[in-house]
Amino acid sequence: MIRIRGLTKRYGDFDALKGIDLDLAPGEFLVVLGPSGAGKSTLLRCINRLAEPTQGEVYIDGRLAKPDAASLRALRRQVAMIFQHYNVVPRLSVEKNVLTGRLAAMPQVLSWFQVFPRQDIELARECLRRVELEDKAALRTDTLSGGQKQRVGIARALAQQPKIILADEPVASLVPKTSRTVLNYLKQASRQLGISVVCNLHQIEYAREFGERIVGMSAGAVVFEGGPDQLTDEVLHRIYPGLGDGPPPGSPAPAAPVHGLNQFALEEG
Amino acid sequence: MNIGTYAWLVGKPSGRLGWWGRAAVGALTIAVLWWAARGSQVSFGELSKGLPWIGDFIGRMIPPNWGFLEKLVTPAIETVQIAIWGTLLAIVLAVPVCFFAARNLTPNLVVFQLTRQVFNVTRGINEIILALIFVAAVGLGPFPGVLALAVHGAGMLGKFFSESIEEIDQGPIEALRSTGAAPIQIVIFAVIPQVITAWIAVILYRFETNLRQATVLGMVGAGGIGFELVGSMKLFQYQDTATCILVIIAMVMIADYVSTKLRAWIQKGAR
Repeated sequence: MIRIRGLTKRYGDFDALKGIDLDLAPGEFLVVLGPSGAGKSTLLRCINRLAEPTQGEVYIDGRLAKPDAASLRALRRQVAMIFQHYNVVPRLSVEKNVLTGRLAAMPQVLSWFQVFPRQDIELARECLRRVELEDKAALRTDTLSGGQKQRVGIARALAQQPKIILADEPVASLVPKTSRTVLNYLKQASRQLGISVVCNLHQIEYAREFGERIVGMSAGAVVFEGGPDQLTDEVLHRIYPGLGDGPPPGSPAPAAPVHGLNQFALEEG
Repeated sequence: MNIGTYAWLVGKPSGRLGWWGRAAVGALTIAVLWWAARGSQVSFGELSKGLPWIGDFIGRMIPPNWGFLEKLVTPAIETVQIAIWGTLLAIVLAVPVCFFAARNLTPNLVVFQLTRQVFNVTRGINEIILALIFVAAVGLGPFPGVLALAVHGAGMLGKFFSESIEEIDQGPIEALRSTGAAPIQIVIFAVIPQVITAWIAVILYRFETNLRQATVLGMVGAGGIGFELVGSMKLFQYQDTATCILVIIAMVMIADYVSTKLRAWIQKGAR
């Protein structure tokens, strides 16, 4: 579904990605694990070309994207994205936010005047049902909680009927309990619809729980690739090189309360 | 420095020059003020000599000629009408251009600078001067007034519109871009919803300003109540002039009050 060869991204003197090779099978749920600054976001952005790769190839469904605007839009229709900060439009209704996932597929001029095809509206409703927010459809999106906003983000991605979903730290701004719910919605929907997922995470416990396959990244390079059961302490030290002898970040051990508190502080009311 | 039982608590100015630096700045300030006073012939002597004349002028205005009110109804309404269309045309001119003058949406720096400068130029020319030009171009009457307000207002609205676009959250724009939405769709679904309340507040403020400006446009023949004001003064009908001034004050106060209330209401609803 995705084939990445020698992907390099340079920002000035800084190498954000140092020659990444990566494959994603159709229908696979891949977790990219690593500390912040490892290049996980840049990797996703190079896949849907929100960032232009400096070097290397990214094949989506066997095709290389051309850099002109029309080809990029065609590519992005196939590849939905979910963001850490949800990036829903605050003053639009929940339903209209989900419908924005259909914009690229509908008659453009009609959309300017807020006229949408009925089948797209029906599809948006169905996507909202999948994340169990159909009763919130008419509400303004800024009235929702963080977890609910992210579920709108998932519904918007599903509404695109994409082949691939890129999820960039989808639960980093949420409390642990909400995080698990949100990840469950994402995994369930993508399983049922056969959508391949690349999900960036920095919490090891979620990576173990949700990842069918895990890629570990550190300082712009892939340092591990394997199943969740292969995530040994030795591997974790490779992914988190600064890690001392204490428990890794996000480990389920009760010895890591500070991390949990940090997450809690990030949750909004 | 001690002065009897008091102490003067001012530290020595920092820098190499110390008090000499302060003295130089003080001397320069006095020199500039004296120079400007010479040029503008500021004279308190003249003012005090003129006071009786001002008193005489005001005396001739009292009591205002309330009968003249009847004749002011049409010009006052015309003033509001000029302000409405002046504001509307300013919006029509500013909206399509403002996206190119916002740093975060502009396609390139040349377009950005160009559109910014166009706004600066149109905003830089005073409405009265624009009205003089348009009166010469399309003749006496309210329409040149409308055009003057539209051109000046477009510059002001364009600047504010593009600045409010620069302040929005980039996240939704990026999200819509990643769905494959086209640029105009991104503007309509991710930009406009984020700026619309700020825009409405600025438009209301602009309407208020336009109404105030429309009351004086008549002085150069561009319609509205200002025309009656100047006319009555030229005919030495100072009691009529007083009525004009009172009507103008009332109109400006009402516009100010209504627009302030509306803006507060909209901004409260926006949260």
